[in-house]
Order: sequence, then structure tokens, then C-alpha cells
Amino acid sequence: MKNGFSVFLAAFIALGLSWCGFVLAPVKQLGTAKQAAVLNSSDTYPLQRPGDATLGLQVYRANGCAACHTEQVRQTGIACNVMLTDFGAKTSNVIQAVNYILETSALATRTGDTWSLEHSGGELKVPATISHGITKEDADNAADKITAAGGKAEIHIVATGADIARGWGVRRSVAEDYLYDYPVQPGGLRAGPDLSNIGVRDPDLNWQLVHLYAPPAVVKNSAMPPFRFLFEVRKINAGAAPSPDALQFPKDFALPAGCEVVPTAEAKQLAAYLLSLRADVPLYEAPFTSVMK
Amino acid sequence: MNPTETKTLRASEIDASCRVPLLALFGGAALWLVVGLLLALAAIMTFHKPDMFADCAWLTYGRVQPAANDALLYGFCIPAALGVMLWIFARLSLSELALPLVPIVAANLWHLGVLIGVVAILTGDSTGFAWLEFPRGSSVLLFAAFLLIAISAVATFGARRNRELYPSHWFLLAALLWFPWIYSTANLFLLAHHPVRGVAQLAVDSWFANNLVFVWLALVGVGTAFYFLPKIAGRPLQSHYLALFAFWTLILFGTWMGINHSAPLPAWMPALSSTAAALTFVPLLAIVIIACRTVWGSVAGHWRNSPFCFIGSGMDLFLISSLMLIAAACPQISRVTEFTWFGPAQAQLQILGFFAMTMFGAIHELLPRVMGFALPFPKFVRIQFWLCLIGILLWAGSLAVGGVGQGMKLENANTAFAESTAATLMFLRAGTTGLLFILLGSLLFAANIFAMTLKWKIALLKSLIAAVQAPLETTSASALPPRDLGEVKS
Repeated sequence: MKNGFSVFLAAFIALGLSWCGFVLAPVKQLGTAKQAAVLNSSDTYPLQRPGDATLGLQVYRANGCAACHTEQVRQTGIACNVMLTDFGAKTSNVIQAVNYILETSALATRTGDTWSLEHSGGELKVPATISHGITKEDADNAADKITAAGGKAEIHIVATGADIARGWGVRRSVAEDYLYDYPVQPGGLRAGPDLSNIGVRDPDLNWQLVHLYAPPAVVKNSAMPPFRFLFEVRKINAGAAPSPDALQFPKDFALPAGCEVVPTAEAKQLAAYLLSLRADVPLYEAPFTSVMK
Repeated sequence: MNPTETKTLRASEIDASCRVPLLALFGGAALWLVVGLLLALAAIMTFHKPDMFADCAWLTYGRVQPAANDALLYGFCIPAALGVMLWIFARLSLSELALPLVPIVAANLWHLGVLIGVVAILTGDSTGFAWLEFPRGSSVLLFAAFLLIAISAVATFGARRNRELYPSHWFLLAALLWFPWIYSTANLFLLAHHPVRGVAQLAVDSWFANNLVFVWLALVGVGTAFYFLPKIAGRPLQSHYLALFAFWTLILFGTWMGINHSAPLPAWMPALSSTAAALTFVPLLAIVIIACRTVWGSVAGHWRNSPFCFIGSGMDLFLISSLMLIAAACPQISRVTEFTWFGPAQAQLQILGFFAMTMFGAIHELLPRVMGFALPFPKFVRIQFWLCLIGILLWAGSLAVGGVGQGMKLENANTAFAESTAATLMFLRAGTTGLLFILLGSLLFAANIFAMTLKWKIALLKSLIAAVQAPLETTSASALPPRDLGEVKS
């Protein structure tokens, strides 16, 4: 390269290409995203967070919670469970088909809740899980056999991966989960657990507040720094009733005598935001079968 | 070819023309280096004693940690890089620094911007975007300051005597274009009145962070090394063509990295990013070959030359940090390393390892020339080298090893989450020692820079007093620009 202009041009082209690819294209593709339809339902997702939770997002940002917590569930793939839901007219045919499925193939990974061969003749309960954690193709085969025998089968799709197995979510995080957030803070380090579904996992407001005030009080050996500056420790005046907002601590937690801990508005907003973190509906991009428990 | 005598005269004049702007840039950089490391130390204390700052909102981990990162990147790396760039441009142009007042003003603007930004993060006004935490007010100052310095640099470049370009020119000129582009893009798309919606923010921020922390630092660091290594080793760069190849491939492939394998973005983006990361191995290899072939055979003769050691180990650390980055972009490996301390380890190695070491070497080499006198504490340089090298290896090494262990525990759903945290605590605590070493080293660095500034100011004051006290007919001497007064002294 002989002169400054050619260097400028080279840099311009290289950076311009990646700018078009990683800035312009995603902004065009995702910048106008709208709510998505929830699978097998007439609902749309996500809903705007409630007012308190929207303010709480700013408390989350201001205190850099994303420095230690991700809001991003990973998934390695999907697996299928085959459920027998109805024996139909001829029970024996279906049992035969099920036994065939279980015997012949690697279709069935036998876990605790798998159909047990020995008791298949005794009490028959539906729905029952026939096969667990198999591929879609195998699940289709199994379901076909049951249907051919006159029974009814359902295929349930479940997400797989360590994050899912830990109970951090039911599916991977997708673009829709962050649609209304500003700033989007998916985080990059798990010094603390993932929070994508903390509102599902720990829906108790008091638990969240106590955890913010004194993490070791509710999580043993917690490495989280306490956020005491979001709370007010007040003396309870003699005869006066304690504040209705005061935190309810577990029995073994020692609080200075005659004192109560009251969350500030910021603490309440932060807790409201945490409770609003629920990425638990199936979407086209990340399907799973929701099972009522 | 000029006769040797006139050439050295020119060189000292060129150096003198950079004096004040460089002092302004390096002085602030040294201060931010110390401040940034102190903040990093405050952040890591949370892992020694979680409730240490429980009542102090300013020092809570989530605020101190980004403040430390930004103080190091924006406060130390970029101003130090700009100072070194201005000097290299002036030297390569064989002409004095153009518009020397502009970078002086810009340096002060820049450091003011960083101050506002760091205080804003600590008071809870961070923007929440990784590596872009400074709020709008501070970004405007930084952007304006960078443009001003770039104008001075380009004017110096335009005034060059020798029209042919040296490889360092390519890297440094590209860096001048890079920063305004990526910084304005990130600010306009993320912090303007109508920021982009949803995960598009994540895409823009990842693009920006990668282009700043990996590509920009690589451009400046490698450009600087390509200038100093041949000078010190006394051999020409091996070779221009390979350097051209490295430059092109670096800016073509490096710019597409930075999107995590599991990011909640359309699948084509992580896929493209992983591919680009694999391809970035090519420029990395080319840069390593160039550096090795240039210094080959001269290492034994120069291993006591501290600037050479600094820049050489900076290149080694560049290799390690880039390999870590490339490895972490590979889906199979990222499954373990993602969301662990491995990522911070790589960033620390890039900033405090590769880049800081290269800048230390360059500054130690050029500052005595610019000032016209030797470093006040020459012995500190050697001690600083070992402190920083051992420190960064300990710090980033323990984070990386701890991160892999943490990742393996996270990957196994049967291990309780608390175990993965507990497993890293030991490494974080060991790494703190490394951080302390780096802090000590940076104090020595700051001592040299500040003592030098002080010495120069005293000399300036003395010559001013002398000029004032001189007989009437020579008072015109006081109208001379300060650099000439400094030269009288030296």
C-alpha cells in the first residue's frame, strides 16, 4: 500500500463489511421485532413488565448485577418423551405394542418414571411415560406403533442441557425474552446463578428481599455481596406496630434487638424486577411441551 | 541519506515537539492505571469478604468492577496508545508534530471524560452495556478528544518527508479510523434518544466490544511492536509483504468475532463469528512469524534491554490471549468456558498483559528521548518488568484455570451450583496476589513518569525565572516556546 488513502480504503472496506454484517443486519432483522405468538395458545409473548419491575431493571443496571449474573439459558438440543394417554378399545394390543417398543429398541432410556414391564398387567394408569429422552424420529415410530394398536400417544418435546437440568429454565433464551428491556443485560459471567427464570424459581417476594439484604441468611455459603444500602434498619418504637413492609427473617438470623429492616423503594423495585423474570412459555424458535404439574 | 549529525539533530527536534502532548497523555494514563488497578483490587476483595462494602453503594462489586475495566481501557490503554502513536507518526514522517496544541487540549478533555465516566459508574449511572459503561456526557468528550488527536496525527502523517509508508503506518492509521467509527456507532445505536430494540443492542455491543478490545488494541499494539522491535533488534522488519498480509487478514477476519456461541441472536451470527475466529488464526500466525523472524538471533544480545523485553513479552502475551479468544469461540470449547472466569482472564491478558506491556516498553524507550534526559529511576524499569510479567501470568493464569474448572462443574448438572462458585474462590484469591504485583509495577511506572514531569516542570520554571531576571535586551528569550527553553537546560 503506497499511500494513506489506500490504507484508509482498506480499513474502511474491512470495518464497513463487518458493520453491515453485525450492526446493520441485526438492527434490520431484530430492531423491529414484535411480540411473538405462544405455541398452542392464543397468547402473545412477552408482555411489558409492570411499572415497578421496569424501574427495577434500572436498579439492576445501576448496581451492575449483570457483572455476576447471566440472564441467558443455554440448551444443547431437544429430546422427546412418548406418553401413552389412552388404551383405546383393546388394552392388550396396546400393551403388546408398548412391550415391543421397550424390548426391541434403544428407544427407551429407562428412568424412574418409565413404564415398567412387570406391572403392565396390573394397574393401568394413563398418562404414562413410555420412552424418555429419545429423538424425534424414534418418538414418531413409537407413537405410530401405539396408534396402530388402537391406543393414543402424545409426544412431549423437552429441551436438554445442563442449564435446563439445573432448573434454570425450560428452554433456551431467545430474542423475544429481551424485547422490552433497555438496556439488555444478558451478562457474561456466572459468579452467581442464572436469573432468566428467577421469578419462577423463587416467587416469594420476602425471600428475594431477605436474600438481597443478607444472602447467607437464606443461601448457605453464598458468595453474593449483601446489598444493605438498599435497606433501612429502623428502631421499632415501643408500642408502635412494625412496618408492614418489614422483612420476615428466618428464625436463626440474628437481627439487632428492637429493630426491623425495611426495604427502600429501590429494593422493592429490584425485587419486582427479579420476580418479573419468567421466560417459561414455548415459542416457535424454542419449542417445548408445557406439562401441567 | 543525511549525514549522521544533522539526522540526530532532527530527531531530537522531532522528539522535543512531542514533549508536552505526550506528557499530558502519559501522565493521565499512569494515574488511571494506578486508579484502575486499585478499583480492580477493591472489586476482587468482594470474593475475599462478601460483605466488605455491603453498606457502601459506590464500592459494590457490580459498580467497581466495570469502573476498573473502563479506567484501565479508556483511562490507560487508549491515551498511552495515542501518545505512542503521535510520536511514531512524527518520527516516521521525519517532521515535527503538527498542531502540537491540539493534542494537549485533547488529552485534558480525554482524561476529564474518563473521570466523569468512572465517577458516573460508581454513582450508579453506568449504561449497563459491557465496555461501554460511560454515560453519554462522557462519551461526547472522549469522542471529541479522539478526533482532535487524530487530526494532529493525520496532519503529522501528511507532512511526512518520505512518501513511502512503513507497516506501522497501516496499523496505526487504521486504528485512527477504527475508534471514531465503532465508538460513534455504539453510542448512536445504544445511547441515543432512540436506542435499538431488544437483542439488537446485544449485537451492537458485542461488535463494539470486540472491535475495541481485540481489534483496536491489536492494531495499535502490533503497529507499535513493528516499529520498535526492528529498531531495537537492529534488523529490518521481516517482511513488508507478510506484514501487509497480516494487516489485511486481521482487519478482515478479526472484526467479525465476539458473538458468543449461545447468544440469543439469529443462528447465523454466532456461526459466522466462530468461523471468523478460526480464520483469525491466520493473521495471528503471520504476526508471530514476523516478530520471531525480526528478532531472531538478537534476543540474547538484548535480553537486558528492558523496552525490548517489555515489547517482546507483550507479543508473547498477545499470542496467548488471542489463542484463548479463538479457542473460546469454538463451540465445543465455549460450552465449558462460556460464562466463566475464562472470559475475564482473556480480557485481562489482552489489556494488562499484551497491551500494557507493549505500551510500557514503548514509553520507556521513547520518553527519555522526548524529554531529553534519562529516566529518573532507571532501576525501577527492570523491577517493573518482572513484577508486571509475573503479576499478569498469576492473575490471568489463575482466572483462566479457575474458569475452566468452574465451567466443567457448571457443565455437569449433577454438581450443585454453589460448588462451581466455591471452586473458583481459591483461584480468585491466588490471582489477587498477581493483581498486587501488577499494582506495584504500575506504581513504579507512575513514579518514573511523575518524577520526569516534575523534573521537566522545575527546569521549565527555572528557565522562566532566568529569562525574567535576565537583562532587558535579552527578554525576547521569554517569548520562545517552552520546548526550546527545555532544550537550553538539557
